[in-house]
Amino acid sequence: MSTTTVRAERLTRRFGDFVAVDAISFEIHAGEIWGFLGPNGSGKSTTIRMLCGVLEPSGGRAEVLGYDVARDPEAVKLRIGYMSQGSALWNDLTVAEHLRFFAGLFDLYGAAQSAAVTEWMERIGLTERRNQLAGTLPGGFRKRLALACALLHRPPMLFLDEPTAGVDPVSRREFWDLIVGLADEGTTIMVTTHYLDEAEHCNQLAFIYGGRIIARGSPRTLKSAPDAGVTVEVLSPENVGLLDPLDGLPFVRSASLYGSSLHVTVTDRTQLVALRAFLTEHGVAAPDLTPIAPSLEDVFAGLVGTSPAAGGYAS
Amino acid sequence: MQPAIEITRASRRFGTTVAVDQLSLSVAPGEIFALVGPDGAGKTTLIRLVCGALALDAGELRVDGIDVVRETARVQAAIGYMPQRFSLYPDLSLMENLRFYGEIFGVPRPEFEIRARSLLDDFALTPFDSRLAGALSGGMKQKLALACTLIHSPATILLDEPTAGVDPVSRREFWRLLYGINRTGTTIFVSTPYMDEAERAHRVAFISRGAILSCGTPAELKEHLRGDVVEIVCERRGEARRALRGDPLVQSIEIFGETLHALVASAGQAIPKLTERLATAQIADARLRQIPPSLEDTFVARLATE
Repeated sequence: MSTTTVRAERLTRRFGDFVAVDAISFEIHAGEIWGFLGPNGSGKSTTIRMLCGVLEPSGGRAEVLGYDVARDPEAVKLRIGYMSQGSALWNDLTVAEHLRFFAGLFDLYGAAQSAAVTEWMERIGLTERRNQLAGTLPGGFRKRLALACALLHRPPMLFLDEPTAGVDPVSRREFWDLIVGLADEGTTIMVTTHYLDEAEHCNQLAFIYGGRIIARGSPRTLKSAPDAGVTVEVLSPENVGLLDPLDGLPFVRSASLYGSSLHVTVTDRTQLVALRAFLTEHGVAAPDLTPIAPSLEDVFAGLVGTSPAAGGYAS
Repeated sequence: MQPAIEITRASRRFGTTVAVDQLSLSVAPGEIFALVGPDGAGKTTLIRLVCGALALDAGELRVDGIDVVRETARVQAAIGYMPQRFSLYPDLSLMENLRFYGEIFGVPRPEFEIRARSLLDDFALTPFDSRLAGALSGGMKQKLALACTLIHSPATILLDEPTAGVDPVSRREFWRLLYGINRTGTTIFVSTPYMDEAERAHRVAFISRGAILSCGTPAELKEHLRGDVVEIVCERRGEARRALRGDPLVQSIEIFGETLHALVASAGQAIPKLTERLATAQIADARLRQIPPSLEDTFVARLATE
């Protein structure tokens, strides 16, 4: 029933000897929020740039809204919205001037232009800053402006490359309310993020690492994967102090702060005994080690930690 | 003990906008102090005032007792500042970037060699010391920027959103480095949009519209939260949120990872009533429990009352 908006087949991009994207294949269906996760430098932005028709693939192929990105990049560009990481804004243009300029690029003029500009300034919370120069906008507002510029022509397919990097928690929630709303209206969205709580909003997720997709599925499938390990929640006033020693333990796959609690992932249940001994020794009285559903961050840290090339990655 | 940073009724305007409004705060030597606040709250302006990159309109600022306005150069020699967009030279190697900053700060040659080697080792960058900075991944660039900030062994460092746009695992590693630096006595003044990072700081200031809303240890800030946090786990989160939004018992309800967090006056009273309300909305699988508030809950609630 669902139609395919994006189809990538063995899509590849090399820069010299370096393979940035290594023969990846996937499909995104209409109305989906498709989350693309992975460490910095793993190939996320390169993939998005190929799908937007701004970077030529070195191999494989991809179609967006039925157009081949290599043969028909201009047709793709007209029909998509793209918010890049280093959003190209002109420091000496105001918020309203940017929006009018982008509206013009997409052939919106006159009354249609003013209506679109007013609507998106309102929806994205930019009205108060309409006459401010982009160069003087705080980071989070630059992101909002870039998003508004990508939405003016109501594209059916939206590519968002780290739309919320550096955005405060309250605004991040507003961003996601908007993104979920757009998807409800039928927009297909491909989004990258380093906030794994945000990834929970996605219908489908793919983890890319070293240019290859190493895991994919819905947030729920990923969290219940058999190799996801066993995660327990530790509540202790000494949480932060426990973090580093825990991370150094051979049987701990990852330890991270999650809100005010600590999530510790071990490879399997038998290691909970050793974990209990460690916690008791460090003053956590009668730790409750009932396994909990891991967060996506736990899964992410586990995937990167167990991947063969991971040793070199964090450094 | 003399504060590492002492800000007294500092103000700074840009045209008619008051970016920092009679703000006072004091950071003790050896502290990790985090600045959190909404976009446009004045975090960057405040950091730039402290390092003397921007002039004060009113008030007083001291770093290690030295007046920032009167003795800007002395302050700048004693601190390290890592702005949001730190200038690394992409066509210089890691070592050459470090040397550039070493020369700016007048670090003597023999001392520089020892310092640079030990920073590269501590940050696990030694294998890449001759790589061009432009060819580094985002996480590695941040580490190099931090190393450049530390090359002259400053007693205090100011970091403006050092981990924005850095992946979760690299972010964790970056904080481990900050802890290491802090253990040797360095004071760290850092702004961040990540609440889990603020949880790691010794003290936190919430800032909004150029003023401090509250300031304290993460535990103290959480005690100030009026009300309880109820966590709701269910399959159809969006629907559950819509069903409870606007309920008189619910002060706010927000998506938090794969759960919902509702702020209520009393969890004991609210849990049975909210469970009932969800059941009426055909959401029968919801599990509700009271949880300790996170800093993010506290922050969101504090901003809502603004």
